[in-house]
Amino acid sequence: MNVKIRDDFKKDDRMMRSVYCDTLMEMAGKDGRVVALDADLMNSMGMMPFLEKFPERTFNCGVQEANMMGVAAGLSATGKIPFAHTFGPFATRRCFDQVFISAAYAKLNVRIVGSDPGITAAYNGGTHMPFEDMGLMRAIPGATVIEPTDGAMLRDLLWQLKDLYGVFYLRLLRKEPVMIYEEGSRFEIGKGIVLQDGWDVTLIASGVLTSEALRAAGLLKGMGISARVVNMFTWKPVDRELIGKCARETGCIVTVENHNIMGGLGSAVAEAMAETTPVPMERIGSRDRFGEVGPVDYLIRAFHMTAEDIAAMAQKAVKRK
Amino acid sequence: MAKESVKDMMRFAARIRLETIRELAGLGFGHVGGAMSVVELLAVLYGGVMRIDPARPDWEERDWLVCSKGHAGPALYAALALKGYFPMEMLSTLNRGGTSLPSHCDRNRTPGVDMTTGSLGQGMSTAIGVALGNRLDNRENWTYLILGDGELDEGQVWEGALFASHFRVDHLIVFVDRNKQQLDGCTKDIMNLGDVAGKFKSFGWHTQEADGHDPGAIRDAVQNAKEAAGRPSVIVLDTVKGKGCTFAEGVLYNHHMSIREEEGREAVRAAEAALAALGGKGSV
Repeated sequence: MNVKIRDDFKKDDRMMRSVYCDTLMEMAGKDGRVVALDADLMNSMGMMPFLEKFPERTFNCGVQEANMMGVAAGLSATGKIPFAHTFGPFATRRCFDQVFISAAYAKLNVRIVGSDPGITAAYNGGTHMPFEDMGLMRAIPGATVIEPTDGAMLRDLLWQLKDLYGVFYLRLLRKEPVMIYEEGSRFEIGKGIVLQDGWDVTLIASGVLTSEALRAAGLLKGMGISARVVNMFTWKPVDRELIGKCARETGCIVTVENHNIMGGLGSAVAEAMAETTPVPMERIGSRDRFGEVGPVDYLIRAFHMTAEDIAAMAQKAVKRK
Repeated sequence: MAKESVKDMMRFAARIRLETIRELAGLGFGHVGGAMSVVELLAVLYGGVMRIDPARPDWEERDWLVCSKGHAGPALYAALALKGYFPMEMLSTLNRGGTSLPSHCDRNRTPGVDMTTGSLGQGMSTAIGVALGNRLDNRENWTYLILGDGELDEGQVWEGALFASHFRVDHLIVFVDRNKQQLDGCTKDIMNLGDVAGKFKSFGWHTQEADGHDPGAIRDAVQNAKEAAGRPSVIVLDTVKGKGCTFAEGVLYNHHMSIREEEGREAVRAAEAALAALGGKGSV
């Protein structure tokens, strides 16, 4: 791992979906085994350039998520490297058994990309708002479950995934991320990254809430609390070593996820912590609630995921020490 | 087609049936009905139609078989053992702890099994994926897929039917084992399928119907299917669930059965006699 953290955390002017399409095109140009599948969301995913350049290696399956996952599995049985995309809920709960049996149980080689994580599904509302996708995929034996943080990370991870073998779930923001890492950074799947050190509490965050956790650390500093911020982009296999270390060194933990606190990052961290170094812990995330419609700035407040919410939860955790 | 080769396939079918009954009777239970109804189809596929090399189950140029009705595994295992993919003695390990022969087909456990199946409907999609992958590599090999008729209840089958037609997935030949029974009874009572061939035809498929217990008819239909370029092909096989198994044929609930020792012995004797009548040996 050779990660360079940016000095400023400003919003990227490139969308994550552009990075996804550009990187897939680069990979497909270099490796004839790379194929792209989608379920009638190529336009939404910005994948039309891929279709134009590699029509024979593009399979728009129409609105057929279950069939798409099986076709992807079958393609991989002949040595192809499939990337199959649709919105998060349809990439996971809609076709869970197909991913579970045709891809994972059959030990085939499939990358599944689910877009619009949690509150970022915004105006598509509750039907399209996955707060359980990562939890579902975590339950699949051997699956690797990842939420890339920004474009620099996405690009590096896509190249790595091309040459790895197994079932991978990538949870992907389509829009502009807050940039956390410098281009050219190299990441290690299964290893969390300490973005900022601290000694009173560790905030373990993922995805779009990583920048909220960084902002929360700033708020906590003003309250005299020193917060460590970790970006845990791999939810499975989760970085047990780092979790244990943070628990020992800071004495309490707050997980920060744009997901149901049940089954997701909070659960993964709690499991690892309970088995290594049990300390007080609190969780930020959807609390067993369905999604709902609205702008992201409304939803982040409605689901208590703001920096202020995180800072308040950290104070609570620190008090329990 | 020469008469002799049809007779060879009939003999091969009789041996597959006998060994399958031995597997299931030895265990005392299993998916008898749907294993018996695909025996002649397997004999045709492994008895000359499929380009295979049992010494190289992963040979890239091989023809593939996806047995989507994964519960017919015991019949497929008999065919594979008889072709030399693994020793005949392994057949007696069906479903025992640590076996390479699970009740549903598993590509990671059994030499010669090309795809993991058992969750119905899913083989439709994986078979299409395999056919597409081979097409991308400009291979001329064929992908064969066996669907049960009860399996046609699954929506995924019809997603695949639409997809295969849209993407002109040829070099894919699908067999529907139309034995007209599913676990809970007759398909017409549980979920009426209507005109199966007509449905596939309306999806743009090349469709045929054939007697699923007549190896010559199956082989001719496969030949016709291969000549229909540019679209997927389906052959609806008229079959009898439990065919040729004394305690299962003609029984309504014969999907999964318990087998008493005596009825198992009787079924083995009858299958041995059927094989002997075709000039084959009673044991392999």
